[in-house]
Amino acid sequence: MDGIRTTEHKPVVVADDVHVIYKVFGTGKKARQTKGGLAKKSRMREVHAVKGVSFVVHEGETIGIVGSNGSGKSSLMRAIAGLYPANKGAVYAYGKPTMLGVGAALLPNLSGEKNIILGGLAMGFEKKEIFESSQSIIDFSGLKDFIDLPMRTYSQGMSARLRFSIAASKKHDILIIDEALAVGDRQFRLKAEEKIRQMRKDAGTVFLVSHNMKSIQDTCSRVLWIEKGELVMDGEPKEVCAAYITAMEKGDAE
Amino acid sequence: MNLADYALKHGLSQVGVRPKFLEYLGQVWDRRDFAFTMSLYASEAQNARTRLGRWWLVLLPSLQAFAYGLVFGLILGDLRPANFIPFLITGVFLFSFFSGSFSAGAKAITSNTGLLRTLSFPRILLPLSAVIREFINFLPQLALLPIVMVMFGQDITWDWLYLIPITFLMFLFSTGLAMISARLTVQVKDLGKLVPFITRLMFYSSGIFFEIERIFAGYPEILAIAMLNPVYDFISLARGALVNDLAMTPFLWIVSSIWSVGIFVFGVLYFWKAEARYGRD
Repeated sequence: MDGIRTTEHKPVVVADDVHVIYKVFGTGKKARQTKGGLAKKSRMREVHAVKGVSFVVHEGETIGIVGSNGSGKSSLMRAIAGLYPANKGAVYAYGKPTMLGVGAALLPNLSGEKNIILGGLAMGFEKKEIFESSQSIIDFSGLKDFIDLPMRTYSQGMSARLRFSIAASKKHDILIIDEALAVGDRQFRLKAEEKIRQMRKDAGTVFLVSHNMKSIQDTCSRVLWIEKGELVMDGEPKEVCAAYITAMEKGDAE
Repeated sequence: MNLADYALKHGLSQVGVRPKFLEYLGQVWDRRDFAFTMSLYASEAQNARTRLGRWWLVLLPSLQAFAYGLVFGLILGDLRPANFIPFLITGVFLFSFFSGSFSAGAKAITSNTGLLRTLSFPRILLPLSAVIREFINFLPQLALLPIVMVMFGQDITWDWLYLIPITFLMFLFSTGLAMISARLTVQVKDLGKLVPFITRLMFYSSGIFFEIERIFAGYPEILAIAMLNPVYDFISLARGALVNDLAMTPFLWIVSSIWSVGIFVFGVLYFWKAEARYGRD
C-alpha cells in the first residue's frame, strides 16, 4: 500500500492494481495496402486500456478524472461500475456504483417517458415510486415537449439530459459521470453541477470524467490524471489540472 | 497490509463479480417489475410501426398456417392427418411461440448494449423479459385457437382447459431455451447466424404438418427419437386437448414435464454462471 493516499475517513472505493484488456475481433486488414499484400494477420487484437491503476477514495470525496482521449479513463470507470469487470486486479466498493456515460439511448424505440420508467425500475425503484417521481424527472430534464417521442429521435444533448435526470433521481452511494454532461448546454450543466454538489453533501461519492477543467475545479475535491492506462498524478484539483494543461500544451507544440 | 485486505476490513465488497445464486434470484425478484414493464413496452413498440399493428400477431401465423396447409396438404395427399386444419393450426401457432422465444433470447443481450453499458442489474432480466414479450404476443393466438376449433367442427370439451397447464410448461421450457441461446450468442457470435437454420430444422422435425407416427412408421428408431422431441411433445399435448380423436397420453405429460423443468433449471444456472461476462464486447 506504499504511496497510496489514505486518510482517517472511511474508504468507499478501492482500486487494486486494475487492468482492463479488450479483445477485439475482426479488426480487418489495414485500410492502406502494405507491400506484403495478403499477409495473414491474426483477426484478434488485444488492447491494454488500463495498466495497473491503484487508489483509495474516501467518503464524501468528489473525484475528477482527467486525461487525453483514449487514455483509459472510461475503461477504468466501467471497471469501477462493474459493467466491464477488471481482467486483472480488483475494484472494491461500499454499495453499488452507478455509471452515467455518453452513448446511445437506453431503449431507442421507446419514448423518453417509458425510458424513465424502465431506467428507474432497473435501478431498483418500486413501480409506485417511479410513477410518482417521473414527473419531477421530466421537469428536471427540461424535455417536457419531447417526452412522448421515441428516444432514438433525441439529440446527443437531449439524451444526456434525460439519462442524467434518471440517474440523479435516486440517491447513490457512488455515482460515476463519464463526460455525460459534456454535450449538455450551459444551463443544464450548471443545474447538473449543483445536483452533484448536493449529492456530495449527502455523503455520496461522485466520479466526474470531464475535459472541462473549470467544471472539474468547481466541483471536485481531488483529481486523478490518467495517461496511457496509467495513473500519472493524484492530488489537489488546481495542481493536477495545471500540470495536465501544461503537458497537453507541450504535447501540442512538439 | 495489502489493498484487498484493507478494503475488506472496511466492509467493502468486490464489484463485477457474479453474486451467489440465491442472492442473484433475490435481486431478480426485486426487479421483476422491470422485466414485466419492459416486455409490455417492447411489445407495444414492436407493433406500433405498422398500420395493422397488433393484428399482425394473429395475421402472420394464420397466413403461415394457410401457406403450409396449401403446400403440404397437396404434397401429403392421403398421408394428411385427419382434421388437418385444426391439427396444422395448433402446430403452427404453438411453434411460433417456441421459435419466437428462441430467437428473442438470442438477441436479448447482444441487441441491448446501450442498456448494459449504462445500468447494472441482473442480466437474466433481459432474456426473461424477451420471453414474456413473446408470451404476450402469443396470447392473441391462444385466444384464436378455440375459435378455429369450433369453426372447423371440433367438439367443445372440458379437455380444452388442459391448455392452461400445457401453456405453463411451454413457458418454462421457452424461458430455459431463451437463457441458453442468450448466453451462447454472447460467447460465440457466429451462433446468431445459425438461429434461423435451427428453427427451420425444428419446424420440419416436430411434426407441425404431419403425423410422425405415420411418416416414420417404417423406422422405429427414428420414431422413438422423434417422440422425445420436446416441441413435438408440447404440440401433441395441445392437439390431444383440442382436436377430436387425438389423446394426451401419460407418456407426453411425463416427457414434456421433464423437458420443461430440466431446461428451465439448466438454462437459469447456465446463464447465471456467465453473469460477469455480459456487456463485455
